[in-house]
Amino acid sequence: MVDLSLEFCGVKFPNPFTLAAAPTTDSAEMVARAFEAGWGGAILKTTSVETEVVELVYPMMSGIDFEDKKLMGLQNIDLISERHIDEVEKDVKALKKEFPDRVVAASIMGAEKEDWQELVRRLEAAGVDLIECSFSCPHGMPERGMGSTIGQDPELTERTARWVKEAAERVPIVIKLTPQIADITAAAHAVKRSGADGVCAINTLKSLIGVDLDTFIPYPNVGGYSTYGGYSGPAIKPVTLRCVAEIAKSVDIPIAAVGGISTWMDAVEFLLLGATNIQLCTAVMRNGFRIIEDLIDGLTVYLEEKGMKSVTELVGKALPYIVDHSKLSRDYKVVSAVNRETCIKCDVCYIACMDGAHQAIELDENRIPVINEDKCKGCGMCETVCPVEGCITLKPRES
Amino acid sequence: MRELSPEERKAGFDEVEKGLALHQALPEASRCLFCHEAPCVSGCVAGVDVVGFVRRLKTRNFVGAARLIREANVFSAVCSRVCPSEEQCEKPCSSTNLAEPIAISALHRFVADEELKRGIRPEKAGTPTGKKVAVIGAGPAGLTCAHKLARLGHEVTVFEAEEKPGGLMVYGIPRYRLPSEIAEAEIEYAISPGVNLKTGVLVGKDIPFDEIRRNSDAVFIGVGLGYKSQLDIPGHDLPGVLQAGEFLRKAALGDPPELSGRVAVIGGGNVAMDAACSAVRAGASEVVVLYRRREEEMPAWKREREFAKTEGVEFRYLTAPQRFVEKDRKVAGIECVSTKLGEPDSSGRPRPEFIPGTEHVIDVSYVILATGQGPWPEISSVFGGIRFNASGTIKVSPETLATSIEGVFAGGDAVNGGKTVVQAVADGKLAAKSINDFLS
Repeated sequence: MVDLSLEFCGVKFPNPFTLAAAPTTDSAEMVARAFEAGWGGAILKTTSVETEVVELVYPMMSGIDFEDKKLMGLQNIDLISERHIDEVEKDVKALKKEFPDRVVAASIMGAEKEDWQELVRRLEAAGVDLIECSFSCPHGMPERGMGSTIGQDPELTERTARWVKEAAERVPIVIKLTPQIADITAAAHAVKRSGADGVCAINTLKSLIGVDLDTFIPYPNVGGYSTYGGYSGPAIKPVTLRCVAEIAKSVDIPIAAVGGISTWMDAVEFLLLGATNIQLCTAVMRNGFRIIEDLIDGLTVYLEEKGMKSVTELVGKALPYIVDHSKLSRDYKVVSAVNRETCIKCDVCYIACMDGAHQAIELDENRIPVINEDKCKGCGMCETVCPVEGCITLKPRES
Repeated sequence: MRELSPEERKAGFDEVEKGLALHQALPEASRCLFCHEAPCVSGCVAGVDVVGFVRRLKTRNFVGAARLIREANVFSAVCSRVCPSEEQCEKPCSSTNLAEPIAISALHRFVADEELKRGIRPEKAGTPTGKKVAVIGAGPAGLTCAHKLARLGHEVTVFEAEEKPGGLMVYGIPRYRLPSEIAEAEIEYAISPGVNLKTGVLVGKDIPFDEIRRNSDAVFIGVGLGYKSQLDIPGHDLPGVLQAGEFLRKAALGDPPELSGRVAVIGGGNVAMDAACSAVRAGASEVVVLYRRREEEMPAWKREREFAKTEGVEFRYLTAPQRFVEKDRKVAGIECVSTKLGEPDSSGRPRPEFIPGTEHVIDVSYVILATGQGPWPEISSVFGGIRFNASGTIKVSPETLATSIEGVFAGGDAVNGGKTVVQAVADGKLAAKSINDFLS
């Protein structure tokens, strides 16, 4: 049997799969159902002090599809929880009592130093295992000097993180970062200098999800007007992968990965890039807490097949293979090869090469693509468009 | 799904359907909506978590998908080939209302085959309970029951009359639908948790039922059905008149009788369809199915009928054989009479009535009788003390599969009169649960 448990900022998680701070964690009842389904931990939806008024607007969720596939990405104009810390304290106590082996974490957001510190002291007293601080919400909150306003400025990040860390006696402090900064490692370095324990990368990307072609009102239409939101879901995964990799390669600090993770395969990628906690939100909002079964089973079978005993064996294993562009070999030459047996003659590779690459594919009398090896640079475009797995491959050139 | 062309099929008993390739399976799986309380699951009598396995497939966790199915169905790869899925899991699929149902059976077969490629992980016996269970009949019901009970720690012995275990999976279902190595791999898996197997032992002849009962704490009976033609018309014992059960058995064992010329198959069930398509492969130049009602009344599944049609099998409906015509001490023709349909009979189907003056002879080289599938005639004398239904099937409590004798349970075709492999598996599971409850 493989061991899926993982330590993040000194806290032991029974498995890496954690619910991100979001609508899915906005009540003890929901989190209890998630824990029963098998989730290892949950970050309760971001809360604040009672004086911070939260008024939500509706509708707040809008999706973007990729061709016939629903929800490539999700935009929300949700804000932090309408439930203030007094209610969250009760949830924490109830959940810790019922699920002592799971990680119950809180997410907080404040304006003043006193707010941040009061939130930390009260939640610590309530028994949370970990506190995440949102320096990163891209919509709504920045208009009030909160959220990504802090995360986009390394100095503000360091100062605020220091306040929070000072107030914490026992619980580790994790700072949730925004990708909307020129250099995310500068923010991670600032967290490290502050003494806080870890980072969470990344919050949503600031977005405008679409415009209604008939009314000219962007989505979501809130009484005739719209606004910018936070973009999440599978579409942002490559941005998250890049951010996690950049931080892991330059800052010695534990990383929780969040942003576009839907499957156990996504989770493995983030573990390989150095993350030691895996958070999900959009995938759960779409398919429910039940996806944990597939996440755990998929990761378990993968580790079994790799002959690994513990999920920790994956952590950081991909990092040595990322180098600067200038370090990549100029002597490595590849050329495309087509498997004539499995080719379905759709010829999408032909068009892609003709109009998007090097005009290196010709069609034979049976409409099967033939690679002109003199013209083929091995760019890989044909392989990326081919619908048949393994039909087009890139093979190293002889000599 | 790729399949052999009708011409390629005639060359032998190679599997017709070739399964999905990865680039076909993944997009099909991603069409699945992952419904809440998915209707497909309710369509499977074995209770396979269809949504769970399709999602695992979609995320390329093929082994996890296969194991999830296997926990619900020991004969996973077999059922992925022989289940009438369009009438089961695929029938209530929500995607039917968008385009067409998800090809659940094809996806099931994909993951089952991926698992077979890697080898099925054997199971271990449970902590010994000291209880002994006898299972009579090593078909899908008996082996499933034995497998589940052995994993619960009971000492299980299976008695099988044939030389090989597997029942219909080995001796009945044609190889072009179910290659023997698929059934064999899953039979090996079924007995892997330390099930004792005694083959070549016919209960009632080699060992009395009473002796088995005395030596066991509980018994499961899963003896399936037998074949005996009820078509006792003149000439039925002529050379060239074959019993479908015996014909299919030889074909399944890789030694089909060599046929030639026109072959007539009499009957309208799935066995008749199997016999007709096997005859196509065994050398018949022409195969004709004779049935005394219309296609609508045929008990054979639609997919089986369509399959036979694609192989060139001809169907003559409303045709009833009267006698077999002899020539050179061998069957040479069938005298038939046309029928019309009258009032419903005891089966609920309209009764075929002969139309006088329509007698005609169909020239044939061989005849295969496929009308006589039913309970073993000897079953009531062998299993003395058990109550039977009027049709000869074993009477059980539907909730527990308990027979009229305490500690004796029964399931599969011997109880339901002949349904599906997956129903036999479901019975085997239910019986194992009941037996375990009975023993603890």
